[in-house]
Amino acid sequence: MSHTVVEEVQAPVAPKRATSSSSAWLRRAPLLPALLFTVLVTQIPFLMTVFYSFQSWNLVRPGSRHFVGLRNYVDVFADSQFRGALLNTVVLTVVCVFISMLLGLGLAILLDRKFVGRGVVRTLLITPFLILPAAGALLWKTTMFDPTYGLLNFVFGGDTDWLAEFPLASVMTQVIWQWTPFMMLLILAGLQAQSKEVLEAAAVDGAGRWRTFASITLPQLVRYLQLAGLLGAIYIVNSFDAIFLMTQGGPGTASTNLPYYIYQRAFEGFDIGQSSAMGVVVVILTLIVANFALRLMFRTFGLSEVR
Amino acid sequence: MPTANPIGRWALTAFTWVVAILFVFPLLWMVLTSFKEEADAYTDPPRLLFTPTLSQFAGILERGFLPYLGNSAFVTVVSTLLVLLLAVPAAYALSIAAVPGTQGVLGFFLSTKMLPIVAAIIPLYVISQNIGLLDNVWALVVLYTAMNLPLAVWMMRSFFLEVPKEMVEAARVDGAPLPVLLFRVILPVVAPGIAATALICVIFSWTEFFYAVNLTAAQAGTVPVFLVGFITSEGLYWAQLSAAALLASLPVMVIGWVAQNHLVRGLSMGAVK
Amino acid sequence: MPKSLRRGRVRLALLAMVSLLLTSCAGAGAIGSGGRTLVIAIVSNPQMEDAVALKGEFEKENPGIKLKFVQLPENQARAKITASTATQGGEFDVVMISNYETPQWAANGWLENLQPYIDKTPGYDANDFIPSIRESLSYQGSMHAVPFYGESSFLTYRKDLFEQAGLTMPEHPTWQQIADFAAKLDNPAAGVSGICLRGKPGWGESLAPFSTVANTFGARYFDENWNAQITSPEFKAAANFYVDLVREHGEVGASSAGFSECGTHYAQGQAAMWYDATVMAGTNEDPAESKVVGKNGYVSAPVERTPEAGWLYTWSLAMPKVAKDKDAAWQFMSWMTSKQFVKQVGGTFGWNRVPPGVRRSTYEIPEYQQAASAYAKPTLDGIDKAQQAKTMVNPVPYPGIQFVGIPEFQDLGTRISQQLSAAIAGRITVDEALEQSQEYAESVGEAYRETR
Repeated sequence: MSHTVVEEVQAPVAPKRATSSSSAWLRRAPLLPALLFTVLVTQIPFLMTVFYSFQSWNLVRPGSRHFVGLRNYVDVFADSQFRGALLNTVVLTVVCVFISMLLGLGLAILLDRKFVGRGVVRTLLITPFLILPAAGALLWKTTMFDPTYGLLNFVFGGDTDWLAEFPLASVMTQVIWQWTPFMMLLILAGLQAQSKEVLEAAAVDGAGRWRTFASITLPQLVRYLQLAGLLGAIYIVNSFDAIFLMTQGGPGTASTNLPYYIYQRAFEGFDIGQSSAMGVVVVILTLIVANFALRLMFRTFGLSEVR
Repeated sequence: MPTANPIGRWALTAFTWVVAILFVFPLLWMVLTSFKEEADAYTDPPRLLFTPTLSQFAGILERGFLPYLGNSAFVTVVSTLLVLLLAVPAAYALSIAAVPGTQGVLGFFLSTKMLPIVAAIIPLYVISQNIGLLDNVWALVVLYTAMNLPLAVWMMRSFFLEVPKEMVEAARVDGAPLPVLLFRVILPVVAPGIAATALICVIFSWTEFFYAVNLTAAQAGTVPVFLVGFITSEGLYWAQLSAAALLASLPVMVIGWVAQNHLVRGLSMGAVK
Repeated sequence: MPKSLRRGRVRLALLAMVSLLLTSCAGAGAIGSGGRTLVIAIVSNPQMEDAVALKGEFEKENPGIKLKFVQLPENQARAKITASTATQGGEFDVVMISNYETPQWAANGWLENLQPYIDKTPGYDANDFIPSIRESLSYQGSMHAVPFYGESSFLTYRKDLFEQAGLTMPEHPTWQQIADFAAKLDNPAAGVSGICLRGKPGWGESLAPFSTVANTFGARYFDENWNAQITSPEFKAAANFYVDLVREHGEVGASSAGFSECGTHYAQGQAAMWYDATVMAGTNEDPAESKVVGKNGYVSAPVERTPEAGWLYTWSLAMPKVAKDKDAAWQFMSWMTSKQFVKQVGGTFGWNRVPPGVRRSTYEIPEYQQAASAYAKPTLDGIDKAQQAKTMVNPVPYPGIQFVGIPEFQDLGTRISQQLSAAIAGRITVDEALEQSQEYAESVGEAYRETR
C-alpha cells in the first residue's frame, strides 16, 4: 500500500559534474527567496539579542543603557530560578512527549481496526489538536481544574486546588491532552503503512499477537515514533500559552519554564540585558540538543547519503 | 488488532468509544457550557439539563470578536500563501534538482524551528516599532511565514521526492522549460502534498499565541489574543469563555475535520499515502 | 475511502478556505476604517468594567469619537502598557497606570502633562481630588495622571467575636494590641484564625501590607544614600513580627494567600480580623458573597512608631506623550474621572459600585453615605493620611509607602516577597530570608549610587 520515502531519497538527481558557476547559481535560484527570507527574519533579531546581552539595559530606566561585558551571563548562571526553570522545561518536555506518545500509541492501536463509527471516533480524537491551545488551557483551568465547580473534583471528590498544589502536573495534563491526537495520527499512519501480507503471514505462522507487535509492528513504527517525538519536542519545549494562561508560572516559580521565565524578565522586569543573555544561553543549549535531534532526523529520512 | 470472537470485538469497540468520549469530554463540556447562562455553568453538581441560550455568543460578538476573527483569517491565509510561494521552489531545489549542500540547507531550516522564539521577542518588538509594524497584521504575517516555512520546506521536499524520476527526465529530454516542468509535470503530482502542507500552516498560524500576544494591542489582535481577557477570576465568566473558545476554534476545527487525511499526510511528511 | 468521497472532502476544505479568505477581507476592511477611535488600555477590575459598559454614553455625548478598550488582567495590562510606553510604541491613546508608575514615567518624559488640560476644563474641579491622591500622581507640581479610584489599607474585625470575648477594639490600634487580640481570638477548633494577612508572593501582594508594617516599625528598604537596610534591627523586628503573627495566629495556607484568598476566608467567617486594602469593604458587606455582612467594624491601619500606617494606591488614567489625538483623549479621561461619572455609575449600577477614594464630593452624596456608612469614613481618613511623613519614621530616597518608587522594585519586591513567603511557610528562617533579600537590594542600590 505504501512504499517509504527512504527508498526514493537515496539518489536525488545529482549533478553529474561540476557545471559553470552561473548555472550553479541558476540551480540555486529557486531556493534563494526562502533562504534569504528565513535568514532575514530569524537571524537578524537573534544577532540583536546577542548584542543586547552584553548591555545593562532596563527598559523603564532610560539612560541606564551601557556595556557590561559578560556580567549578564555571570548573573544568569548564578540565578537559581533560571536553573529551576531549565529543570521544569526539561521535565515538561520529556514527560509530555513521552506520555502523549504512549497514549497516542494506545489510541492508534484501538483505531487500527474496522469498527462501527471509526471515522467519527477518529474525528473526535483529533479535535483537541485542532482547537486553540489558548482555549484549551483556559477551559482546563476553569471547567476542569477549578476546586469548587471543576469537573475533576466532581468526579474524584474532595476539593483539591489542582493548579496550586500540582501546578506543573496540571499544565502537563493540558499539554499532553493537546498533543496526544498529533502523536496518535502519526502512529496510526505508521500502523496502516504495514504490509498486510507480512501480518497475515505472521498470523499463519502462529505468531502471537504480542510477538507480532513486538517483532514486526514496532520496528516498522520506529521511524514514525522518532518523527512524532522530534516534532512534538520542538513545539512543547517552547510551551508558553498553557503556563501563561493557567498558572502564570506559579505558585511562586513552581511551574515556570524557560520561555515563561524569559518573558517575565523581559516584560515584567523589563531587564532587556539579562533576558537577552538568558535567550542566548537557551539558544546555545537548544542547538546542542538540536544537533543530536537533527542527526536523528537525517537518519530517519535516510538523508545521510546526501552530501 | 483483529480479535477472533465477536463479543470481544464488540467490547473493544465499546471500549474505544468510551475512551474517545472521555478524551474529548472537556470539549463536549465546552460546547454544552457555551449554551448555558452563567449561573448554570457554576453549579455543584455540574448541570447537564438546562434551558439553552445563545446569549453568550451574542455577548462575544458584542465584545468585538469579529475584528479578531478577521485578523486571524487574514494573517492565516496570507502567511500560508506566502509560505507556499517560498517553499515550493525551495523544495524543488532541494529534491528534484537537488543543489549541493542540500543537507546543510535543510539542517539550517529545521534549526531555525528549534530556536526558542522568546529569545528574539525583544528585538522583534523593537524592530516592529521602528518600521511601524507594531500592532499591525503584517508583522504577524511575516513572522508566521518564517515560523512555518522550515516545516513546509521539509514537507514539500518529501512530496517532491515522490515525483517519478523518469517523468521529470522525460520532460527534460523533451526540452521543457522550467515553468512548464513545474506546472505541467510536477505540480499535478504534488498537489495533494501542497494541500497537506497548507493545512498544517493554517493550523499553526491560527493557533499561534506568543507573537500575537506580545506584538499586537488594539488593532491587529488575533483570536488567541481575544481569549487573554478571560484569565481573570473576577465574576462569572465560564459560559462566555466557552462560547469564545468554541467560536475561536471552530474555523480550524472544521477545516481539520474535513481534511483529516491531508492532516495525516502532512504530519507524516508524505511517508503515508 | 472511495475516491469520490475524498474529492468531496477536498472540495469542502477548499470551500472552507475560501470562506476564510472572505472573512479576512471583511477583517481587513475593519482595520482600514479609522476616524477618531481612541484606544484605551485598562485593567479589567469590576469598576473598570462599569466604565466600559457606559461607553455608549460617552460616544453619544461626543459624536465623532469612538472608544476601543483593551481590557487586560492586572499583570498583563502592566506588562503591555509599560512596554508600549517605555518604547514610545504609540499603540494607546490612554493608559491606566497607578501612582507607582506615574511619577517615574513623568520624570522620564513619557507622559503628557495634564495640568494645562485640567486648568482649561471648566467644572472638572481637580481640587476635589483627595490631596494625597493628587500629590501621588503629580510630578513637579503638575498632575500627569488623573485618578479613577483610590484605596488605602485598614483593618476590619468581627464585632460579634470581639463582644463574645469581652474585647474592645480601640479606634487607633497598635500592632502589639492586634497581636494580643489575634492570640485571644485564634480558635482553630472552630475554624477561625485570629487574623488574616497576605503571604502570597508578589510586590503587589504580600509585600504591600508587610511594607506598611515595616514602615511603622521604623524600618526602610534603603537609606538616603541607597544603602540597602533590609538586615537592620528595625527591619528584622518587623519581619519577625509579621511572620510570627501570621504563622501563629494567621490563616491556613498563609504562604499562598493573597487579597482574594483572604477575602474569601474573611467573608466565610474564617478570620476574626483582616488587614488589607480598603476596597475589601465592598465584598465584606455584599450579601451575595459574604456571610458576615453587618458584623464588621473598620479601624485605621495599626501602627507602632508612627501616627499612621496605611498605604496609598490609585488606578488612574494617563496619556502617553506619543498619543495621536490628545484633545479627544483628554475628553475621554476627564469624562471617566468626573463628578458626573460617579453619579452615572451610582444611578445605573447602584451606589456600592461607585469608584471610591478619589473625590471628596463622592463622600458628600447622601446615597453613597448611606450605602457605604460602615466604611466610608475610615476609607477617606486612611487615604487622607497616607503620606510618607505620617507613615514612616526615617526619610527615604524614593516615593511610595507600600512600594519603593523605582522601576526595579517590581522585580526586587517580588523576589523579596518570595523569600518572605518561604519564611512564612517555614522553609527558611526570617534571618535567612532577610539576608538573601539584602543581597538583592544591595545590587539595586549599587546601580543607583553608580548612575545618579
